[in-house]
Order: sequence, then C-alpha cells, then structure tokens
Amino acid sequence: MTKTPLKQGEFYQRDRRWHPPAYDKDYKTSVARSPKLSLISLENTPSEIAGPRFGHGDLTAHDNDLLSNYAQPDQSPIGERIIVHGRVLDENARPVPNTLVEIWQANASGRYRHKKDTYLGSIDPNFGGCGRTMTDENGYYYFRTVKPGAYPWRNWVNDWRPAHIHVSVFGSGFAQRLITQLYFEGDPLVKTCPIVATIPDPEAIEQLIAKLDMNATIPLDTIAYKFDIVLRGRRSTLFENRLEGN
Amino acid sequence: MPQSLEYLKETPSQTAGPYVHIGLAPGAAGFQIYDQELGQDIAGPNAKGERIRVEGLVIDGTGSPVKDVLLEVWQANAEGIYPHPEHAGHDTVEEGFRGWGRVITNFETGAWAFDTVKPGALMGRNGEMMAPHINLWIVARGINVGLNTRLYFEDEAEANATDPIINVIEWEKRRETLIAKRSERDGQTVYRFDIRLQGDDETVFFDI
Repeated sequence: MTKTPLKQGEFYQRDRRWHPPAYDKDYKTSVARSPKLSLISLENTPSEIAGPRFGHGDLTAHDNDLLSNYAQPDQSPIGERIIVHGRVLDENARPVPNTLVEIWQANASGRYRHKKDTYLGSIDPNFGGCGRTMTDENGYYYFRTVKPGAYPWRNWVNDWRPAHIHVSVFGSGFAQRLITQLYFEGDPLVKTCPIVATIPDPEAIEQLIAKLDMNATIPLDTIAYKFDIVLRGRRSTLFENRLEGN
Repeated sequence: MPQSLEYLKETPSQTAGPYVHIGLAPGAAGFQIYDQELGQDIAGPNAKGERIRVEGLVIDGTGSPVKDVLLEVWQANAEGIYPHPEHAGHDTVEEGFRGWGRVITNFETGAWAFDTVKPGALMGRNGEMMAPHINLWIVARGINVGLNTRLYFEDEAEANATDPIINVIEWEKRRETLIAKRSERDGQTVYRFDIRLQGDDETVFFDI
C-alpha cells in the first residue's frame, strides 16, 4: 500500500465481533464484570485521536531483556531461553514506529512475581517477569525472556492457562490502546482455555499464536518466536473532516 | 483476478488478568525493577490550572468493589490541549505535562485516587466545544476488552449541557453516570467518580 500525503483522519471502527464479547459464561470472572448495556459508539474527536507519547528517555537499555533485567550479576533465570520479536503494524499494514510495548509473564514454573499469586510453583530469584521497549522506525520490537510455564487457575475445577505472555501496546492514539496475550505454537492447552475461547473466531485466535521462527533463532543460544501485533488503522481523509474545528 | 482489500485485522484483545501490575505497575506487585515506572505523574510540576484529586471505586454487578483493576487516565491540560503532535498548540503544553497516567486500586478496599489538574474545554468535531473531561480506560481480570469512559465535572453544568458526547447518550438518566461530584477536603478539591460495570446505574462506556 502506498503512502498518501493526505491528512490522516479517524481510526477505523473496531470490529467488535473479532474481539471477545464482554460477557462469556465460561470465563466466570467476566460474568459480574461485563457491562450489560450497549457501548455508546463515538466518532473520534481529538481525545481519541491523540494519545500519550513516550521516548527512549523513559526506558533504560536492558528493560527489554528479561533474562538480565532482574537477575543477579552473572546469573540468569531458569527456563527455556527465547526471543519474542515482531512488528507493530496498523490495519493498513503500515509500521507503527516509536510506540511503547510492555510485556509481563509467569516464570518457567508458572509462578508470577506478584504478592497475590500463591501458586505452588517456585519464585525464581533471577526473574522479575516484566519488560518494555519502543518499536523502531520500522515498527520492529524484540524481547529476550524465558518461556513461561502453564499454571492452574480457579474457573472450573481443573483449568490450566496455556503458556502465555501478556502484551500491552499504545499506538499513536488513545483509541488504539490494546492489551492482549501471546500464546505459543503447538501448545495443546490453547484449545482448552476458556480465556482464549472468549474470542469467537478461530482465525482471530490464530493471530495470538506466536510462530516458532528458526531463522531468527540464535544457534546454541536462544529460540525465537515471531509475534506481529496489529493496531487499528486510520482513514486518509479524502474530504476535510474538520477535526480541529477550523 | 478479483479485486482485493489488503487490510489487516486488529489483534484481538485478551483480559489483562489479575497480575497486570507486574507489567504496568511492578511496584504495586511487590518489586522494584525499573529506574522509573511510567504513569506516576499525570500533570507534572509546571502545569497551570486547578490542582484536583479524583477518587472512587470500580464496582461489579454484585455491588462489590473490584480490587484488582488498573485505570489509565488521558486528558488535556488546563488550556484544553493534548501533548500530542497532531493537536494544534501542543508546543505550548507545559514541560512535564504528560496528560497520561496509571492508577491502581488498594488491593484490600478497591479504592483508587489520582492527582492532576482540571483539564480545559476543547474543540471536538465540526467546531463543537467539548466540556472539560478526563478519558479513562479500565482493564482487569474478567474484562475482555478494556472499557472506555469519560469523566465530566459537576461544576461545569453549562458546558456539560452542550457537550456533543454527553448529548449523544439517548437516556438522560445515564448521562449522570459520567459526572464526578465535587467537594472540598482539607483545602483540596476532590472529585468522586464511582464506575459501575453492571447493574443499576451502569456507567456509560464508549466504543471509541
């Protein structure tokens, strides 16, 4: 798709049938936390088109390296060493540059470093479980971490979350704000998970499954998974929308 | 060959889960990892305008406070300007005014609060003025797609009456759910804004 010199307008409307519905009886926590009345649809104003900006001054160099950002000197966390990398794009397939990507996850034994997590899995003294980075000018980002473990959670009696990494992305406008979860190719727990299953369309679920990427794997060192993220695209205004009101 | 539309689909949302703090507010999860956590100071030291505190609860369909929620705040400065390169006048925004912040609840009570400055009115679409407002985005375990709402101010009744967003809400009774109540406490202006996810007086949430 070619670049246009035309002024950028509103974001494309969010496809609410592609996203999970607020209410899903099989994800029990959603039952009392889901609005019952319809969302009120708004045409974008500057409040939605603008959004917070971040710079490299907000981060430090190793914030995206979960193998080292909480480890003692000369130590590293236990677990399968992985690279998670990809691009942040918009629905027009254009890269989203200089945007903040944040992740958090359980350690290799399925335990979170959180005062509210009491699972039997061990805390790893060398693993914090969070990282953050900015996409480069091509929308590219990467993290180093360990592959998280599966863990049980209270929903039905015997529910287990597939290995996953939580991902938070901004984009350029507040309307693009997104939190999602990354799953791993080949994990049999993906098919059993009520949280995954809140997404109605199997093709949409496929979008959350990171692919093993042997070409980006570092031999004798770290296995790579590729995960592209797509944020809402923007209209190119053929006609003046008078967003600023002038 | 048939014509094709080469658009991508937006990545679908998933719940932020109960441990959202690890990623977005690790100090609250119980550990220090970053030199500087993001979203701790919305207005910064140089912002002009009235200093205010906003506080409230997020309440679920059983009437109970939600204790593991995270809110993000996004607002203009007192002049009604966002610190964003596409917003006219953005180069006049005070240094250190980010207009954005993160707010977490007390894990025992569900109470949350943030300090900022009261935003100014700003132009919306088609030359219509929008009343001063703060945009909120709410994520938590059990919330599958982050919820967007707006906080308006009780003492801006005149501006609220003509606000194009408030007026898009067909049910006048529901408009009240977006109005924060003003009071004074120890010389400080406090606005109360409870968010009801479900049930009687369910807060208006927007598909933006």
